[in-house]
Amino acid sequence: MSAVPPSGAGATTAPTGSPQDHKEKVRAASSQGRWSWMLVAPTLVVLAIVIVYPITSAVFQSFQKDSGLDKATGMFVAGGFAGFSNYTHWLLQQCTTAGGATVPCPPGSLGDQFWSSVGTTFFFTIVTVVLETAIGFGMAVIMARTFRGRGLLRASVLVPWAIPTAVTAKLWFFIFAFAGIVNKLFGTTILWTGSEWPARWGIIIADVWKTTPFMALLILAGLQIIPGDVYEAAKVDGVTAWQRLIHITLPLVRPALMVAILFRTLDALRMFDLPWIMTGGANNTTTMSILVVQQIREGFNSAAALSTITFVTIFLVAFIFVRFLGVNAVESATSIKKGKGK
Amino acid sequence: MNRKRWGSARTYISAALIVIWCLLPAYWMVVTSFRQVGFTYDTTPFFSHVTLDNYVTAFSTNLGNHFGRALVNSLIISTVTTVVALLVGVSASYALARLEFRGKFVVMGFILAASMFPGVALVTPLFQLFTNLNWIGTYQALIIPDISFVLPLSIYILVSFFREMPWELEESARIDGCTKSQAFRKIIMPLAAPGIFTTAILAFISAWNEFLIASQLSNDQTQTVTVAIASFTGSQPHQEPYTAVMAAGTIVTIPLVIMVLIFQRQIVAGLTAGAVK
Repeated sequence: MSAVPPSGAGATTAPTGSPQDHKEKVRAASSQGRWSWMLVAPTLVVLAIVIVYPITSAVFQSFQKDSGLDKATGMFVAGGFAGFSNYTHWLLQQCTTAGGATVPCPPGSLGDQFWSSVGTTFFFTIVTVVLETAIGFGMAVIMARTFRGRGLLRASVLVPWAIPTAVTAKLWFFIFAFAGIVNKLFGTTILWTGSEWPARWGIIIADVWKTTPFMALLILAGLQIIPGDVYEAAKVDGVTAWQRLIHITLPLVRPALMVAILFRTLDALRMFDLPWIMTGGANNTTTMSILVVQQIREGFNSAAALSTITFVTIFLVAFIFVRFLGVNAVESATSIKKGKGK
Repeated sequence: MNRKRWGSARTYISAALIVIWCLLPAYWMVVTSFRQVGFTYDTTPFFSHVTLDNYVTAFSTNLGNHFGRALVNSLIISTVTTVVALLVGVSASYALARLEFRGKFVVMGFILAASMFPGVALVTPLFQLFTNLNWIGTYQALIIPDISFVLPLSIYILVSFFREMPWELEESARIDGCTKSQAFRKIIMPLAAPGIFTTAILAFISAWNEFLIASQLSNDQTQTVTVAIASFTGSQPHQEPYTAVMAAGTIVTIPLVIMVLIFQRQIVAGLTAGAVK
């Protein structure tokens, strides 16, 4: 993962890296074990309470039937094991009628919207991540140059990032209002948040505005670890700017770029604030997160099944990134091990 | 020479475009927030029809908005979340960054996985749990789920700060007879203070900006600013009180922007921590 050796193995600490010291460190390591676990334990306990417990109970609930009054008979029905019916409700779009029969979910019901919400979520994710990566890369290249006023550039890039997403949503909702500035500037009369494709693009533009700076900063950090003399050497050899980009910059910035893309993708897959505030999920802008929230008050157990489907989807995507695209976020976070192993 | 000048001109033009693109919408929010309601859709590109009414409206409770209370709520919730996350997270980050122990990769993987969890996966079970406990409308109902994403984020940033600190001081302290916990408290903590401070800012901002959890697990009493702004109601039904919303948005944003500009270097270092190392 690392193009530079992590500190601790760098030139300044070279004496401690001798074989003798290394052996001693390994011996010390075993005695460090208990002390380390004592330091880590509070975090593990807190995460167990705030994440593991709720998730486990959600998975358990997702296999339960809704208890309550049966609408057909007026009798109280206890919950009980539901098998996969809460999952097939979404995946196969099967609804249960008042009489207990299984039928395809009626159009417009939440169950019927599952696959379209999956489609919308992935559409938003792919379009925003591609745009944000491309624009973010361009911004990073400019920010990496030395010129007067670079401080202003770097500061202003942080402004959209600092504005809360809820405020961003309201701001762009106003910008895209029917009588708003966009329609006036371009002389259009588009109901931006009131029809499918304008609404989708409105959300995408707001998201790109808000999150591209973050991408740019991550990519910039990756660009800055490329040693300048690599470019100098290439220039001396007469390599063109385009070739430098393809053969030097991209391969060297790739690890940082991939981690940035992974983070953004996982974040985009759970997109909620922008579409929820800008359109309320209307006009085919319902993401999976929005569908879960709408379902919570409609039927808790199928909401639990849907939220489970959502995080399993996100983990699958993360797995694909790590396994097939070689993004190693864990290693990048613990790369000290690699440094010391040398 | 000419080519070089053209190159730097291009840099300036692109830089100017980026600055305009980033600042213009935010500028528009501020301009609108100072405009009289009747001129909501005015397109004058600079301050015109200036008034402070919108700021008064934003804080007024006549229309059922409780923006002032929401500000206090957000302040309490974000502060407590940040403090808890750092109290718990600092020691874990130190262990993950500087000590060797079996299971380290598993712990780091678990913390990274925790940061991937979508908010809805927590909101669904917690909604029922907190309803049963009668916790909807309490601060802990919002602080507990907030910790789930602030703690992993803090650890991730802290680990990379700890890793960049020099080893020698800690080692010499140990040689001079400090115990492990003394070395941690007396040598490492003061050295790590700037990194911890940066992490606190980023943790606070992420808790402050949270919307999904707060929109589902709060009531009128514990509503946070983000929820208050999203559900701002005006005097007319179906008519968005844009100018007041922009005023509220400006109030919420200005402290963040000032903080971000003052601590720009540290924040960028924290944001990009772990991504390149």
